[in-house]
Order: sequence, then structure tokens, then C-alpha cells
Amino acid sequence: MEPLKIYERVKERFGERVLEIADKKPDPFCVIDPKSIVEVCQFLHDDPETSIDALSNESGVDYEDRIEVVYHLFSYRHRHTAVLKVKLPRENPSVATLENIWKSANWMEREIFDLVGVNFEGHSDLRRILMPEDWEGHPLRKDFVEPLEYHGISTVRESPIIRLDAGKK
Amino acid sequence: MSTLHTEEMTLNMGPQHPSTHGVLRFVIRADGEVMREAIPDVGYLHRSIEKIAEKVGYHGFMPYTDRVDYVCAMFTNQGWGMACEKLAKIEVPRRGEYCRVIAAEFNRIASHLLAVGTMGMDIGAFTPFVHALREREMINDLIEELCGARLTFNYMRIGGVAWDLPPGWREKALAYLDHFDPILDEFNSLISFNKIFVERLANIGVIPAEEAINYNLVGPNLRGSGVKWDIRKDLPYSVYPDFDFDVPIGQGQWGVVGDSMDRYMVRILEMKESVKILCQALTRIPSGPVLAKVVRNFKPPAGECQIRVESARGDMGWYVVSDGTGYPWRVHVRTGSFAAMGLIQKLSRGLMIADLVALIASLDVIAPEIDR
Amino acid sequence: MQQLIEYVIASGMLGKNPPYQIVAAVVVLLASAFVVLVVALPFAGIVTWVERRVWARIQSRIGPNRVGPQGFLQWLADGIKLICKEDIVPTDADPHLFKLAPYLVMLAWILPWAVMPFSSALILADLNVGILYMTAVTAVTVVGILMAGWSSNDKWSLIGGIRSAAQIISYEIPAGLSIFPVVMMTGTLSMERIIKAQGWTPQHWFLFANPFCFIAAGILFVSALAEGNRTPFDLPEAESELVAGFATEYSGMRYSLFFMAEWGNLFIIGAIIATLFLGGWQAPRVSADPVVMNILQLIVFNAKVLFLVFLSMWIRGTLPRIRIDQLVTVCWKYLVPIAFANLIGTAVWVALWPEGNSVMGYLMVALGAALVVLFMRRVIYYLRRARMELYFRPNI
Repeated sequence: MEPLKIYERVKERFGERVLEIADKKPDPFCVIDPKSIVEVCQFLHDDPETSIDALSNESGVDYEDRIEVVYHLFSYRHRHTAVLKVKLPRENPSVATLENIWKSANWMEREIFDLVGVNFEGHSDLRRILMPEDWEGHPLRKDFVEPLEYHGISTVRESPIIRLDAGKK
Repeated sequence: MSTLHTEEMTLNMGPQHPSTHGVLRFVIRADGEVMREAIPDVGYLHRSIEKIAEKVGYHGFMPYTDRVDYVCAMFTNQGWGMACEKLAKIEVPRRGEYCRVIAAEFNRIASHLLAVGTMGMDIGAFTPFVHALREREMINDLIEELCGARLTFNYMRIGGVAWDLPPGWREKALAYLDHFDPILDEFNSLISFNKIFVERLANIGVIPAEEAINYNLVGPNLRGSGVKWDIRKDLPYSVYPDFDFDVPIGQGQWGVVGDSMDRYMVRILEMKESVKILCQALTRIPSGPVLAKVVRNFKPPAGECQIRVESARGDMGWYVVSDGTGYPWRVHVRTGSFAAMGLIQKLSRGLMIADLVALIASLDVIAPEIDR
Repeated sequence: MQQLIEYVIASGMLGKNPPYQIVAAVVVLLASAFVVLVVALPFAGIVTWVERRVWARIQSRIGPNRVGPQGFLQWLADGIKLICKEDIVPTDADPHLFKLAPYLVMLAWILPWAVMPFSSALILADLNVGILYMTAVTAVTVVGILMAGWSSNDKWSLIGGIRSAAQIISYEIPAGLSIFPVVMMTGTLSMERIIKAQGWTPQHWFLFANPFCFIAAGILFVSALAEGNRTPFDLPEAESELVAGFATEYSGMRYSLFFMAEWGNLFIIGAIIATLFLGGWQAPRVSADPVVMNILQLIVFNAKVLFLVFLSMWIRGTLPRIRIDQLVTVCWKYLVPIAFANLIGTAVWVALWPEGNSVMGYLMVALGAALVVLFMRRVIYYLRRARMELYFRPNI
């Protein structure tokens, strides 16, 4: 099935909880209301026409005015992809977890929580995965400012060129 | 006499360890030799490559992609190149595509050699490791002549490859392939059917097919569980439809389908298939340019795309968001080892500590892929 | 040894009537010191060089070839380096046990040299319980290894120590049981008499005396490898899992004591099997002069032992290691019942043919030769196929 057909099918079923179907090139996507993402995904997983068996990729993207979580879904049986998006506000972004449908969401959502700061409700083990446990801040946000030191180790150093120049004098 | 403590031990298989494939850490809760759980702790190799992409631009990111998975760097190069080409609708010339396929398949053989070699070494057989690395050295020599580097190649560019095949390289590559094919049989006869090796690997870490798909396991791990899925065949890209090759899957000859021995055999058989592809590609390569004309300040139109490349460790998904400027807005790489690590915590229940090492080796986990 | 003492007294070097006991004690002490310092310890060092070269050739590499001719002085260089290293005792480790453990393991290795039958005259102490003594003292390694694992205050060392203890203790049983067929056939435990009961030609060796002894030799070899912590049973020091197992926290000379004991143990294993099954120092009677005969017997004994040492290294380079539960399963479910069956079979054999049966001897030699020929054919086939050079450089 073409991605657009999948989105039409979802729209038939869920009506106005599908906020937008964007027919962009190269990949068309579909924006879903954050509160109903779990139902939509459960429908896509169970429906024999779409039968999405794998969550191929889940990314968090920080735009200036919102944070988006992008889900790339894939079906091994029918060999089609679908791209769903969820738009969240930048303060306290929060969406329900998809862990119960596809287990691969477990670690991917941990990564999004760690790097972008999205809170996933219902996640079994939401803690930082790539950054150290006591890190503050979410690095992949556009307004992230790196702290000047971490546990007493400075994260900045003066440019070696300046030091070489200083030595020459 | 004080009471005997019989609670479970908490062991730390720390970030520096002779066996784990890269800098990985496991917190093992063990009851003697049998583990209750092995909780992975990743992030020791996190270099924020995705954030760097937002600073260096499209062309400048190509060397960084090598470091996402330094063992099979050609595939990461190819993924980034293909993502940018899909965004900007650039078409790669045919000879460029052939060069990409040749380089990529050589890299696949090299990566699988390393994987099976280190698997042998983790099980305790030191000899197959050295034999596999001997063959890998020869491939490294070939690729060094092609692009100048032995590990982080930076060979591909957006729109094709950087350099054409040097004169005489084709003959050397074909000679190497003639030499390599019987070596695989020798490797097989040396270790693959050894009773001790089979006992160590059969029925360890069984992953049924539905679970593998649910956990988004890809590549030889998925094929070892019996799912016949290969992006090169099923969602073909580049010039792979031109080639005739088979996709080996695990058949559970020594144990259950989806155990470590199946994943190991899939890698050995995949090397044979790569040799087939390489022979066909090297003999049929057309002439022509290898690099499409791409402007230096590359500004793809705003949009986003996802690309999947069949790397040696599985299907690597590249998600690139472009905002119309010369710097990407967001790059996200989803690699096969990330999903495999997510599965280890569940698989390790009830295994012995010696099996954990065999399991990690059979899943062919590489730390830079997980942490980026 | 007796002859040497009498020779010293008779030569009159020490006066008219020296006190026998003191002379005997001094001569024995000096001879033991000689054996340990000149034979045992250099052997442990040189065998590391041999192992590294053999291992490297199996892996299609070269091995150490820089230090000295063909890398022969590599072990000296390693020894000097290890002596010069810092001696680290972890703060929380139990210092007395920690320091004592390597000495116990060395002790377990050095004590069997007292009954090593080098030739008919060169044996330090011809105990009439020689084999039993050897088996008993090699078991002292367990104490040393457990001590090392426990006192290091490190969970991984503890696991390595306990694995090793379980392994060595389990494999004592089949090893001991495999010695009994030979003991039953000769009726004695003394090394000298067991060797004298065999002849110098293969059909007179106990290996080919009857099929039960043949199997017993195989079981003894496997069990001895397991007792010596050699691949395929080197789980206690499995590099990929436990860095160095029970010896992880050791550095410098203490570390090298453990591993000298392991390599030196190869000689002990080889000596036990050569004595019991391969005819020991028995050599053809080429001359009546005892000195010449002794030298020939020395060469024959060493050749047999070194062949078995080479066999251990060959196996190390070829096989992967087996897991601890598989190891224990193999011991208790397979080797022990087969060893018991051997025992009963040999008892029946000795009852039927107390003087031995030369027909069976020739038959077994023919069988052994056939097996060797089949094996060598496979080896030669693979050697012929591996005709490529060591390093194939397409660039040049």
C-alpha cells in the first residue's frame, strides 16, 4: 500500500484525531494527535491490511516552536512504510509510550528522552541511556548550552593555536 | 560463625574488557555462574555525531559517518550519500553505483570476517581469529589502494564516489576473490563444525522470529532467526537488482532456529554471497563518470527523508531533516546494534556468564554504532 | 640415586667413614637443587618460547623472532621484565594468603620432580608409591588457586578460582582411575618398576597392551590437560571473560610464578603418560656401558615427554574452550563411567592373561599405526592445500 493510502485508512477510522496528512516529497507523513498515538499505532499493528510489525525508527526533532517525535513504521508482510508524527510543545513535552506494541520502542524512547527531553508516559524504565545519569540538559535541543564543567573537569579549553602563539612571543 | 551470604552477586563487566566488542558495560546480577540478568550500560562511546552534523554541513559530514561504524564504514558513507541524494534528487552515474557496490561488498566481507574471528576468540579458539584477520588484511590492502584508508574510508561522496578504480585494481580484486573462496571452506572445516564450538553456541540466545521483528532486530541477526529479509533484495536500492545472489537464513541445523549458531552460519554464508556479487560487479562494471556534478555549497530543498541501507550489521536507517540551508536540521541514525543491545537484557536471563560473551559475539554488537 | 650416594662415599672424597645419613641427605639435596634449578625452571621458561612459536605457526604467524636467534631469548627478556615490575598487593586483599598462593602453586609443580624417572640411574627418589605421590602433590594446586582467587578480593577472581577448583577436583577422579589399569598390570606403584615392566618396542608398551589401557591413556591425557588448566579446559583463566581469572590481581613475578607452574606442568603431564603408557626411558640395548645407555635413555625419555608437550600445544591452538557446566558434565557423566569400565576390563584381562598377551600387543600396535596414518593423511592433505605464502600483498 502506498503511504498515502495508509494515512487515508487511518483517517477513516480515527477522524479528526488525524491532524494533517502532508503529501510532501520525498516522504509523505501524517500528523497525529498526541493523545491518540497509541490507539492509532495499535490499529495499524492489528489491522490485516496494514499489519505494521516493526517500528523501524523513532526520532525526536527539535524545531524552534515545537518538538516532534517521528515514527517510521514498517511492515515485513506488506513491505510498506508509514511515517507518523506527533507535535509536542517545547515545555514539558510528553506523549504515551509505544513500548507495549513494539518492544523496539523501549530503547529508542530512552534515547529521545535523554537527548531531546520528551517524557514518555508509561515507559517501564525511562532513564538516560547515552549521557551519564547525572547529566543536566538535553543535548540535541537547539538551545542547549554545554555546561562549562562536569564533575570538576572543564569542558572548554583555549584554542591550541592561541597557546602556540603565546609561546612564540 | 556468621551466616553464609547466599544472595546474588552483582558483577561489573566493565567498560574495559578483553571481550566485549567495544566499550560496553554490563551490570550482571548472577547467582553463581548462572545470571539472573545482565543490564547493559551504554554511552561510553557517545560522540554526539548527530549534533556535529548540524554544524559541519552536508559534504563535511561524510568523514564523520565513517566513525558511526568504523568496521563497515562504506555502508555508513553510502547511507549518508543516498539520503542527501534522495533529498536533492541527484542521480548517481552507473559506474559510480557499481563502485559503491564493489566497495560496500568488500567491506561486508571484511566486517563479517572480523565478526566471526572475534566470535571464535571469545569462545576460546585463537586460531580462527588470526586466520580471519589475515584475510581481512588483504582486503584492507585492496581498499587502501582504492581510497587510501584502511578503516575509515571516506570513499563515497554525495553523488557518487570520490575516485575511480585505479588501473590494475580489478585484476587484483578478482585474484583476491579467487584466493578467498577456498579459504572460506577451510575456515568452515577448521571451526564451524567443531563439536566444542557447536556445543558452546547451539541453543544459546534463541530469538524467535516474531520477537526479532518486534524488537526491530535486523541484518544477519534477523536472518538467523529464519526471516528471509534483505534490503538489497526486498527494497532494492542502487544497482543491486542487476546482481544474482541468494539470501541465507538460519535453519536451526544444530539447535533451535534463531540460536547463536544460526547467526554465525548466516554470516559465513553471506560472505560467500558477497563474493558472488563482487565477481559479477567486477566483470560487468560499465565505463563512465563516477561522480555526479554536485555544487560545493550543497543546499537540498527543505524536507525530510528516510533511507535504509543493508549494512553488515543490518539495516541502517538514516533520517535526515533539511531546512533548505547548507546545514542539516536533524540527522538520526538508527543502527542494527542498538536494537540488538536492547534485546540482551531479556535474552540473558538464565544464561551463564560464559554464554553472555558468546551471545554478544553472535549478535555482532559494535559499540560506536550504539552510541554514535 | 642410591648408586650416586654409594659412588660418592666409595670415592673417598669425604674421608674414611663418613656418616651415611648426612652424606645421603646432602647429596640428595644438591641433586634436587640441580634438578629444580637447571632442569625444571629453565624448562618452564623455554617451553613458553616453544609454545609461542608453535602457536604462532598454527595461526599462520611467525611468533617471537627478534630477541636472540629465532627469538630464543624471549623468555629471558620476559622474565627480566616481570621481575622488574611493580609488586602490587591490592589494599583490601588478604596480604598473607595473597603472597602465599603462588608459592603453593609452584610447590605443587616442583614436588613431582622428585620422582621423575629420567633414566635408569637418574631418579631422585625411587619411591615405591611414586605414581600415587605424583598424583597427590599435583592436587595441591587447588589450594593455591583457591587461595589466589579468594584473597584477591575480586569477584571475578573468585569465580575463576572456584571454577578452577571444581575443574581440578573433578578431573582427579578419572585421572586416578586411569592410572589403575597400569598399576593392576604391574602390581606396583613405583615408577621404576612400571618402566622396567615395559620394553623399548611399541608392542611392549602398556599403551598397546590391551584396548582398555589404550582408552585409559586417552582419558588420562584429557584429565591431565584439565588439571593443568590447559585449553580446551582453560576456563579459569579465560581471557575473554575473566582477564586472567584467579590471577587477575597479580602482577610481576607473582603472576609469572602461576604461569610458570602451568607451563611446567606440561612436562609433568607428559612424564606421567610417558612413564605409564609409553615405556618411559626404555631404549634399545646398543652398548654395555651404563653411561652411554643412561644418556640414550635420557634422550628417549625426553623425546617422548616433549612430543606430548607438543601435543598439548597443538591442541591449545586448535580447540575452543568448553563451558564450566559442559566440562563438569564430561567429567562425571562420560569420563568417570568409562574409567570405571576400563578398570573392570583390565581386572578381567589381568585375571585371564597375567603374563600379558603379545598377540594383543601386535594387534593394538597395528590399530594405533592405522589411526596415525589416517590422521597424518588428513594433515598432509591440508598442508598441501595451504600452499599460499604467508602474506599475499596485492599492492606490491
